[in-house]
Amino acid sequence: MSAPLYGLVLAGGRSTRMGADKAALSVAGRTQLEQAMALLAPRVARAFVSVRADQRAEPLRAAFEQIEDSRENLGPIAGILAALERHPEHAWLVLACDLPLLDGATLDRLVRSRAPTRLATAFRSSHDRLPEPLCAVYEPASGAALAAYVAAGGNCPRKFLMSADVELLDEPNPRALDNANTPEEYASAMSALADSAAAATRRVTVQYFALLREQAGRGGETLETRARTPRELYGELARRYPFSLDAAQLRVAINSEFGDWSATLRDGDAVVFIPPVAGG
Amino acid sequence: MSAPFSFSRTPLDVSALRSALADPACGGYAAFEGWVRDHNEGQRVRHLEYEAYEALAVREAERIIAEAGARFGVAHAACAHRVGDLQVGELAVWVGVSAAHRDEAFRACRYIIDEIKHRLPIWKKEHYVGGDSGWVNCERCAVPSAHEHRHEHEHS
Repeated sequence: MSAPLYGLVLAGGRSTRMGADKAALSVAGRTQLEQAMALLAPRVARAFVSVRADQRAEPLRAAFEQIEDSRENLGPIAGILAALERHPEHAWLVLACDLPLLDGATLDRLVRSRAPTRLATAFRSSHDRLPEPLCAVYEPASGAALAAYVAAGGNCPRKFLMSADVELLDEPNPRALDNANTPEEYASAMSALADSAAAATRRVTVQYFALLREQAGRGGETLETRARTPRELYGELARRYPFSLDAAQLRVAINSEFGDWSATLRDGDAVVFIPPVAGG
Repeated sequence: MSAPFSFSRTPLDVSALRSALADPACGGYAAFEGWVRDHNEGQRVRHLEYEAYEALAVREAERIIAEAGARFGVAHAACAHRVGDLQVGELAVWVGVSAAHRDEAFRACRYIIDEIKHRLPIWKKEHYVGGDSGWVNCERCAVPSAHEHRHEHEHS
């Protein structure tokens, strides 16, 4: 029977190399702290943000339940230890707040493969094969081991995991654990996010009428498409079917209303390409 | 009060459509009927079919009828359009308007049929004597055009 899972986002750092509070940087339309808390929320019973004493009133961090470091100048290990000491009956899914490419699938893999009889479950970094301590599950028993490690002068959570009885997993998504410590690393992550948004697909329904229906050989279909706009969608379909009409000769409707060729297509949209009309 | 715009797969009942617009406050009633003609662009038409994107057509037609009401101050207006197969001589579309006076009734009627022809997602496939067939404006038009301007010449 495994211990119930709480979540912790580490936001007690000084972001020295970034030159700006990493927790406040924007990713996918919200701050990194909010993003990390949002990833945790469905996967844990309660989620907390780890803070230094002097950060308690900081507005971004004040929005969440907090666990304050009980030891100073130890880095992230202090946050992990403070959580384990505050709720010793719980295991902790710990996340850094500077993982802009972290996705739900990676966390699901971590939670699914959690080995509750070992001290912790962590991913092996794709860069150096070493354990990644800041996206990991720490079991209740790791509290005592961490306290002993710190008391003996240790402060590196990675080194702690390397010498402890830990379940190591391979990362399914190589960039998910890229951390952004510097402005260059952050820019690179934002660029990667933009690329993956462009490659994302959405499920749309298309209805064909009149000449398009005859040329497509069907009255409609549902498809997964990379097309981001009706213009791109028509281009994709025109490569598949012998459409004789250009987009310039058509109007487009989205969800039963006349629409824009450059509108952003969303999952579930219903699109109709309207050939030249002849009613009345 | 019946719906301002409707599609029908069966012949239109003009008498019923007309009586829905009856109003003792109205002194004028104007109507338009579009009939299936036996020729188009030099070809002899045997029969034809109408196809419609009904969800959008109904919405847009209701907007057009509301525009006519606002613009011309008419009391009631309605339109009914056939879909499916039609023979030469059949009634394809009916527009009716009742108003206090004839002037606005005529104008609104003209406005509604012109807008319906231009804006509604309805398509017509003509089947010609001799076996040929084609979607009007999609295959018969020599110069393809976008929808932002009105056709200068009438197609049907």
